[in-house]
Amino acid sequence: MLTLTCPYCGVSGEETEFHAGGEAHLKRFISGSTDAEFDEYMFLRENPKGVHFERWRHVYGCGKWFHAARDTNTLEVFGTYSAQVSEPPKEIKDKISAKRPGWSWRNFK
Amino acid sequence: MPEATFAGGAGQRCWSSYLREEDPDSTGDNARDENAMKRYSVFAVAREAARFHTGWEKAWKSPEPKKKYDVIIIGAGGHGLATAYYLGKNFGITNVAIIEKGWLGGGNTGRNTTIIRSNYLQDSSAAIYEKARSLYETMSQDLNYNVMFSPRGVMMLAQTQHEIRGYQRTAHANQLQGVETRFIGPDEVKKLVPIINIHGPRYPVLGALWQPRGGTARHDAVAWGYARACSDMGMDVIQKCEVTGIRTEGGKVVGVDTTKGAIDCDKLGMVTAGHIGTNAKMAGFRLPIESLALQALVSEPIKPCMDVVVMANTVHGYMSQSDKGEMVIGGGTDGFNNYTQRGSFHHIEETVRALVETFPMISRLKMLRQWGGIVDMTGDRSPILSKTPVDGIFVNCGWGTGGFKAIPGSGWAMAELMAKGHSPLTDEFSMFRFREGRFIDESVAAGVAH
Repeated sequence: MLTLTCPYCGVSGEETEFHAGGEAHLKRFISGSTDAEFDEYMFLRENPKGVHFERWRHVYGCGKWFHAARDTNTLEVFGTYSAQVSEPPKEIKDKISAKRPGWSWRNFK
Repeated sequence: MPEATFAGGAGQRCWSSYLREEDPDSTGDNARDENAMKRYSVFAVAREAARFHTGWEKAWKSPEPKKKYDVIIIGAGGHGLATAYYLGKNFGITNVAIIEKGWLGGGNTGRNTTIIRSNYLQDSSAAIYEKARSLYETMSQDLNYNVMFSPRGVMMLAQTQHEIRGYQRTAHANQLQGVETRFIGPDEVKKLVPIINIHGPRYPVLGALWQPRGGTARHDAVAWGYARACSDMGMDVIQKCEVTGIRTEGGKVVGVDTTKGAIDCDKLGMVTAGHIGTNAKMAGFRLPIESLALQALVSEPIKPCMDVVVMANTVHGYMSQSDKGEMVIGGGTDGFNNYTQRGSFHHIEETVRALVETFPMISRLKMLRQWGGIVDMTGDRSPILSKTPVDGIFVNCGWGTGGFKAIPGSGWAMAELMAKGHSPLTDEFSMFRFREGRFIDESVAAGVAH
């Protein structure tokens, strides 16, 4: 069972208080994009065994969407951060690097 | 002497040589292939009983990998072994290695709730699932291995008006597909399952989709039976051997790196369920798949009380009784990506809460054990049996929460795909169908894991 901390209201809760929203930092491709771009955006997923970035929503709380950095292989949570960014902030990346040297995810490392 | 007919082969390949000298079967039968396996039969049991069970062979060999194979299959679970088996049986391709990082059948093959059914809505699904179900009917005879197929009947409860309409539609579709199912009313449900509470309170049982030839089988035996048959055909089942890299040259696969060294191959089949994403990454492509934890649990054994499989999709739970008497219970997946083979406790609670309402008598049962597996979920809840962007690599994955029922059909179709380059059973299940907008929408096929 995961324990997450909402970066907006600061409340820590176990996972039933939150809702998982899938892979994070997707760039949206819709009309006018190529089939390959749409396929990448809509269907293809990293699905990593290890470091992963996800969207979560504090449904039974403040209701805000946010980001979480986790390890899917150990269920360790590295940290949560604002939804208003297109890549993980430096302090989250540093935290991950301290525990998982050499990690990479999509173009982030 | 009946031994000569049932013994099949003369060789005592795995036991020490003194058996070979003493074994009466081996005399006068030296022309037979020394490596051929002995058949299991009632006579074999009697013979072994008479000599204190000293003559049983190992069911499969444990070879070291060769330098090169025509085909390597990654994953010695049901689907991987079935693929290898039908490559040999249907296409004569026997220079095959099946590589497994853990132990044989130790992944989802040994973690599912063993339900077999083929009552799907879409034609392409019905074709491959019914192919699988029909192969289960004769699997014990075909493999000479008792997989305990028990066509006890599977019922999917309709507990809302919407579900009634959905299942009536499926029953009609199944008639057109040649899959034997029918919609039954609550009285017939109660007759088939006396322990069920059809009167609610929250979700009364309004009817059910009934497949009389659905049922269960012994999941481990399916893996073991295929492994034994593959080994007998000369294939190498290599356990405790993890694939660490996939080598390609000019866009074509040439081999794999493993914890037991590099192995070359002409064709590679990746059949690793929840771990398919890690294999795809090694080969340099991504899949439309996410890996989630799915849990199941069994109760203490009780006397026979329910001789069909019941799935209750609205309330999220399904249950059958094993031959040992345990109530086998499953529910839904967790909501987030997970590779730990353990899920969150609240899903167990949800499932059991729903089933207690439907089956009041289980409220005082103790649960014996609970476990999790990692399932590979696609967006349309249908599998992927497909060529990939890398020439010579094929994937068989995406079975998600319902792979066990499909094992023989999946192996049959995947073998044809790998041997001939296409199969009528897999044409619709390409990994490129998402981009092309050709979904095979089965997300209402169960609504829950199954």
